[in-house]
Amino acid sequence: MQMVNFISNLAMPLMILIIVIYGVLEKVKIFDNFLEGAKEGIKITMSIFPTLIGLFVAIGALRSSGILDLIINFVTPLLNVVNFPKEIMPLAMLRPISGSSSIAIATDIMKNYGVDSQIGIIASTIMGSTETTLYTIAIYTSCIKVKKIRFVLGVALLADVIGIVTSVAVCRIMS
Amino acid sequence: MLNIVWPIFVIISFSYGIFSGNLENLNSSVFNSVNDAINLTISLLGTMCLWCGIMQIANKTSVIDKLTKILKPLIRIIFPKINTKIEKEISMNMIANILGLGNAATPLGLKAMKSMQEENPKKEILSDSMLMFIIINTASIQIIPTTVIAIRNSMGSSNPTAIVVPIWIASVITATAGIIITKIFIKLDKKEKK
Repeated sequence: MQMVNFISNLAMPLMILIIVIYGVLEKVKIFDNFLEGAKEGIKITMSIFPTLIGLFVAIGALRSSGILDLIINFVTPLLNVVNFPKEIMPLAMLRPISGSSSIAIATDIMKNYGVDSQIGIIASTIMGSTETTLYTIAIYTSCIKVKKIRFVLGVALLADVIGIVTSVAVCRIMS
Repeated sequence: MLNIVWPIFVIISFSYGIFSGNLENLNSSVFNSVNDAINLTISLLGTMCLWCGIMQIANKTSVIDKLTKILKPLIRIIFPKINTKIEKEISMNMIANILGLGNAATPLGLKAMKSMQEENPKKEILSDSMLMFIIINTASIQIIPTTVIAIRNSMGSSNPTAIVVPIWIASVITATAGIIITKIFIKLDKKEKK
């Protein structure tokens, strides 16, 4: 555990250190370049801000209105047919659309069923092996202002389904 | 996408909220969400400036060339038609993702998207490389899944890192499946246009 902590804490400082040392050795105008890049960072962030506002309000409403719980209750009987653990369903539904609420739900699942129980392990694996798909697609497409995103949402959601099913399967096989 | 998804989300959740009498929650969630978006943007602004600045330095050195060389065979298979500048930016994004530096991966990824847009002949439509790039970024491949380990640790797990191997297996399978499905869809899309 300590080793893992050490390695993960090392990653960022080491990356910056290596780049700056290389810059010094190769006589790059380091700070001028840093400023130039940082300015571009402001532009990119500002271009995605409106998307974030819109997206967060819609997702917040989806959760707080109770419609999401309704949908989850609706699909639960189907899950029993395919032997998918229904405890995981709220997480599976929220994972692609909201990062912060999926963390909250995963934590809740681990609290209720035990961190080291099979359900807890499955929830952890899902959190680690998938991303907040909708958010990623929204910011990656809005920063360049494309209108047509073709089939990216469908494929990404399909990949999420594969990820969640694989997580459940892997945890069941390994435990 | 959001032109379709956003109104659906708003209409179903607001009308359900009104009918189910869940109005107080709905009202407070609107303001909370706006605050969340602002908080995220402010923290993103910081990391974005930092990493775009660091990346700009890195671009002037040979360190990226060296890192890109390691990932080149893989990138060549996944992205058949991109120039070396984009190749570099994509590999930096991948490295940040693999190292679990989500804060760095997003800025680097957005930068790569901008460069790909410059090469994109049809500015209104996502190019094949962009599609593939987004799919890879929606799959999360990292050596050490720090967030999950931290959560498990805080909840008193007897073995917080027990999920590392299952996460590796699940994320590699998911990413591979995502890449293959995207490749197939790109091919089908081309055939349709012909």
